[in-house]
Amino acid sequence: MSPGRVRELVRKEMKQMLRDPKMKRIIFVAPVIQLLVFGYAVNTDVRNAPTILVDQDNTPTSRALADALTASGNFKITERSSRSGDIDQSLDDGSVLAGVLVSPGFERDLRAGRNPAIQVLVDGSRSNSANLVRGYALRIIQRFGTEQSGQAPPMTADFRPQVWYNPDLQSKVYNVPAVAGVIILLMCLLLTALAVVRERELGTLEQLMVSPMQPSELILGKTIPVAIVGLIDLVLVTTVALLWFRIPFRGSYLLLFAASLLYILAALGMGLLISSISRTQQEAFMTMFLLFFPAMLLSGFMFPISSMPPAIQLITLINPIRYFLEILRGLFLKGAGLDVLFPKLAVLAVMATVLLLLASKGLRKKIG
Amino acid sequence: MTERIFAVARKELIQLRRDPRSLTLAFGLPVLLVLLFGYAVSFDVKDIRLAILDEDRTSTSRELIDAFRETKVFRDLGAISRRADADRLLTKGKAQIVIIIPEGFAADAAAHRGGQIQALVDGADANTASISVSYAEATVGTWGQRHEAKLSTMPSGVRPEIRAWYNETLDSRLAIVPGLIAVIMMVIAAMLTSLTIAREWERGTMEQLASTPVHPLEVIGGKLLPYLAIGMIDMGGTVLLGIFVFQVPFHGSLLLLFLTSLLFLLGGLGLGIFVSALVKSQLVATQMSMLITFLPGFLLSGFAFDIDNMPVVLQGVSLLFPARYFIVVTRGIFLKGVGIEVLWPQILALTLFALGGLTLAVRVFHKELEP
Repeated sequence: MSPGRVRELVRKEMKQMLRDPKMKRIIFVAPVIQLLVFGYAVNTDVRNAPTILVDQDNTPTSRALADALTASGNFKITERSSRSGDIDQSLDDGSVLAGVLVSPGFERDLRAGRNPAIQVLVDGSRSNSANLVRGYALRIIQRFGTEQSGQAPPMTADFRPQVWYNPDLQSKVYNVPAVAGVIILLMCLLLTALAVVRERELGTLEQLMVSPMQPSELILGKTIPVAIVGLIDLVLVTTVALLWFRIPFRGSYLLLFAASLLYILAALGMGLLISSISRTQQEAFMTMFLLFFPAMLLSGFMFPISSMPPAIQLITLINPIRYFLEILRGLFLKGAGLDVLFPKLAVLAVMATVLLLLASKGLRKKIG
Repeated sequence: MTERIFAVARKELIQLRRDPRSLTLAFGLPVLLVLLFGYAVSFDVKDIRLAILDEDRTSTSRELIDAFRETKVFRDLGAISRRADADRLLTKGKAQIVIIIPEGFAADAAAHRGGQIQALVDGADANTASISVSYAEATVGTWGQRHEAKLSTMPSGVRPEIRAWYNETLDSRLAIVPGLIAVIMMVIAAMLTSLTIAREWERGTMEQLASTPVHPLEVIGGKLLPYLAIGMIDMGGTVLLGIFVFQVPFHGSLLLLFLTSLLFLLGGLGLGIFVSALVKSQLVATQMSMLITFLPGFLLSGFAFDIDNMPVVLQGVSLLFPARYFIVVTRGIFLKGVGIEVLWPQILALTLFALGGLTLAVRVFHKELEP
């Protein structure tokens, strides 16, 4: 193997990749814009849930309840009515997430100690938000009841949750690094999956084959430029996450760099492997899609892994995104060190090695 | 005119048939994906990994621990004996929540001084964490009430009666499956056509087509028809899966779903043709269509993240992506059983999208074919 030839190929690949201004924008601008946009989208905190209030009691107490709901910041009363049928209407057309019904006689019953009910209807077709809103409503109404009844609450148990790493329970500190990881993987796959197939379809692969270039040199020459681009993208999106979204970073940058390098190498291995088994660009693209889609959904990013069926949980063990996200979370939020992250880094390293070896084997066969 | 459209469509079909791998993918992919993800993923938080540190060691504290073990949401990792273990389990991510019952809990509870229960929660995943906190709180609350009821009478208060409509048990699968159908069909539609015209340019067969008397409109019509048929078959397959395999209740009108799917697919396929006619390269066409449909379909459509929670500017941006409207339609027809009287704004938006997608496709195509 000659380092000089590899260097020349890397230079040629870089030039080719960056020559097209459209491509340059896709590589360097798209990830940043994607993170800026999606960073705001990936939010599961429910603040100001649009709510319809049907207050048929209309007393100081019922108004105090409405105030308690809005004062929490979890509910925002966007519609008011006196007919309970309007709750159905508003839930049907999706303009509210919850409806609160205060029946007539609420204040009187409360004073008389008759345990009046407050009905809350939530839109179960948006189950995620509905679940959270249900919890908020339960807590606020119960507390309101004890306050209003004037009796001291039964002091049997005093529950004191203490949330680590993310005391305000903001979902963005969890999700923004995850989006960054997904964007980087998508970029690396798109750049490599079509790389070799494209040369073959365009007929330039034959030219490379007649050159004195060895297959291993060719593979290195194809991998290094994308790895460089991937790392530059990673620096860009990390900067956006830290400075724009103000995600706390508590770990070591050196570890972040090491983990990213392994992750990017695994992604490249995956991309090149796809390239080596596909005959056309269309096929490569579809295969990439077929792999990327499950990898994203089964990574623990949107859906918790612990809620998946056991068989699927096993599948997530071979998903590089899963490990990278666990490392990112450890570094960003927990300030975890090498002692905690070592097993995950090791898995990524093994994955990268195996994928790159398989890819080079496949490519050797294709070229040779 | 119709004759020539069918001729182009027939040519496209023959080409498709010659590429059995792609054809299998076109038919199999959506059904496979809905099947896999409908089964695999859910937003439900269960099996929260729980560790308990009981420093009190009384019958009262054991009663409380049993209350935690009884709930299905927590999976008990077993008792631990030192605070340092709690820290270690959380830092390593082994436990998601650690309940600590300090010494003197039973005595305080009996004396109504509020027996302290501490919970350490891994807040890294905010969503799971807030759900675990509220489950833990509810578990402690229920236990407290039971304990209290044994000793004295319950004080009066307000009874919250909370019900979830359309999805009584808040099973997230019922919301995910209709959403998944919309998101997957969005990606598939654009993908099906985004390569078709770019390929003809790359292989130089577009010039051959241009030299025939076929009008650009007929080319687009002919290219569209086979993929529209494939898309509708995919759509039918995924809807049947949703109803029969995942048991998602279907309350609305099948005809309305059929018609809106047609609109949605026309727009998506038109968009794919537009992209591929615009860039003329399969590589760039695939990247563009992925960029436009894939992540926005997942993240800006209300599928996983509620649009109501987004900043206003982003809510405006989300209006540009048709998956957003189609999700409201599928969830509305499946779960709510609403009809055109509620869904007309979405249907209007999808109609505009279909018209826009097709117009753009014809426009660009026209321009590119001009000598």
